[in-house]
Amino acid sequence: MNEPTPVDTYETLYLRLQEVVAQLEAGELSLAETLKLYEQGTLLAAECQRLLDAAELRVQQVQVGEA
Amino acid sequence: MHEALTVSAVASYLSELLEVHPLFGDLWIEGELSEFKRHSASGHCYFNLKDAHALLRGVMWRSDAARLAAMPKSGDHVLAHGRLAFYVPRGDLQIYVDRFVPAGAGLLNARFEELKARLEREGLFAAERKRPLPPRPRHLLLVTAPGGAALQDMLTILARRCPLVTVTVVPCLVQGERAPDSIVAALYQAYTLSGDLIILARGGGSLEDLWAFNDEAVARAIFASPVPLISGVGHETDTTIADFVADVRAPTPSAAAELAVPALAELHEQLHYTRLRLQRLVDQDLKHRRDAVQSAHALVERHAPRRRLARDRQQLDDLARRVLRAAHMATERRRLALQGLHGQLEALSPLATLARGYAVVRNARSGAVLTSPHEAPPATALRLTLRDGEVAATVDR
Repeated sequence: MNEPTPVDTYETLYLRLQEVVAQLEAGELSLAETLKLYEQGTLLAAECQRLLDAAELRVQQVQVGEA
Repeated sequence: MHEALTVSAVASYLSELLEVHPLFGDLWIEGELSEFKRHSASGHCYFNLKDAHALLRGVMWRSDAARLAAMPKSGDHVLAHGRLAFYVPRGDLQIYVDRFVPAGAGLLNARFEELKARLEREGLFAAERKRPLPPRPRHLLLVTAPGGAALQDMLTILARRCPLVTVTVVPCLVQGERAPDSIVAALYQAYTLSGDLIILARGGGSLEDLWAFNDEAVARAIFASPVPLISGVGHETDTTIADFVADVRAPTPSAAAELAVPALAELHEQLHYTRLRLQRLVDQDLKHRRDAVQSAHALVERHAPRRRLARDRQQLDDLARRVLRAAHMATERRRLALQGLHGQLEALSPLATLARGYAVVRNARSGAVLTSPHEAPPATALRLTLRDGEVAATVDR
C-alpha cells in the first residue's frame, strides 16, 4: 500500500480542489492570486475527472497468515 | 495396593477434578425437570434434571432465579446452563444452574440468547460506540471466504459503484468448527492493513452454517476493530451476534458493498458542482474587480484636470466676452458724446455766419478782432476773413 492508489490520488486532488474553492470563497486575494488559483482549480478538476473516467477496481488478496 | 485414602481426600479430589475440567465448568444440559421446588425462606430452587436413563440433582441460587423470565416447573423440558460440581459435605454431584431455556427453542438459540444478553450487558452493542462510515473509503478490506459467492457479489457491486476504491481480500473460513478462529485471525490481520473500512461477510446458509458469526471470540474481535466495520452475514432475515457488534449491519454481503462506497455517479456529480462553484467564484471575482475599476475610473474622471481646464476656459471666455462688451459700450458712449459736441461746435462756428456773407474784421497788425469803430482810426490796416479766404483792407475815414 505504499504506492498511491487512484482513490488516494483522487482524494488528494479533490481535497486540494476544495481548498482552492475555499480560498476563493474567503476572498481578499489579488487578481494574480485569483487567476492562479482558478488555473490550479481548473487543472485539478480536469485531473479528478480523468481519474473518475479511468477508474478501475483494484483488488488484491493477502495470504493467510501474512502480515 | 495403594494406601487407603480418607473420605474427605477423595471427595475433595473429585471436587477439584470437576472444577478444572474444561467441560463441566460451563455446559448446557438438556433434560426434563422433576421435583422442582423453590425454598420459601432462602429463595433457592432445588430440582432434578433427568432423561429416560439418568438423573442429575440441580440447584439454582436465588440471585439467578430472580432473573428468570418465568419460573419453570416439574415436567418442563428445558435446557439448563451452569456448572457441575461436587458438594463435598453431602457427597452430592449437582448441577448449579444459572439459567433455564425452554428446550423447544433449541440449544443454538439458547446459547445465542445467553451470549447476546451477556455482551449487551458488557456494552459491546452500545449505540454510542457505533462509528459513522467514512464517506469515501480509500482502502476497503473484505474479510470473507476467498472463493465464495459473497465475495463475487461484493466485487461486482464495488466495480460498478465505485471502481476508485482499493480492495484487499482477507480470506478466512466462514463455516465449520475452525471458522471462528479463522475469522478472528483474519480480522486481526485486517487490522494491520491500514484500511479505512472493513466488511465482514458471508453468504446465506442455515443457522448452523452461520454459527461462526455468533461466536464470542469473533464478537470480541469485531469489537476490537480500529476502523468502522460493516457486517453482511447471511440473508436479510438472519441476525447474528456479529451484526450487533458491527458498526453497521447490512442485511447481505451485496448490501454491505453498496453501503461501503459511494456510487461513482455521486462523485461525478460532486465534482461537477465543485467545478461550477469554482467558475462562479472566479466570474464573480472578476466582475467585482471590473465594477471597482469602473467606479474608480468615474471618480478619477470627476477630478480630471481636463474638466477643470474646460471649466476655467469657459470662465475665461465669459470674462473676455464681458470685457469686450464693456469696451465696446465705452467706445460707443464716447463716439456719441463726440458726435454731440461736434454738432454743438458746428452750431457755434463763425464759419457758418461767414457763409451767410458776414466777415470777421481783425487789426492786421495785432490780429485783434474789431468790434467798435474806435478801434479802427483811418489808415488802420485790416484783415477781413470771409467764407473761403481773406481780404486785406485799409480804413478810409
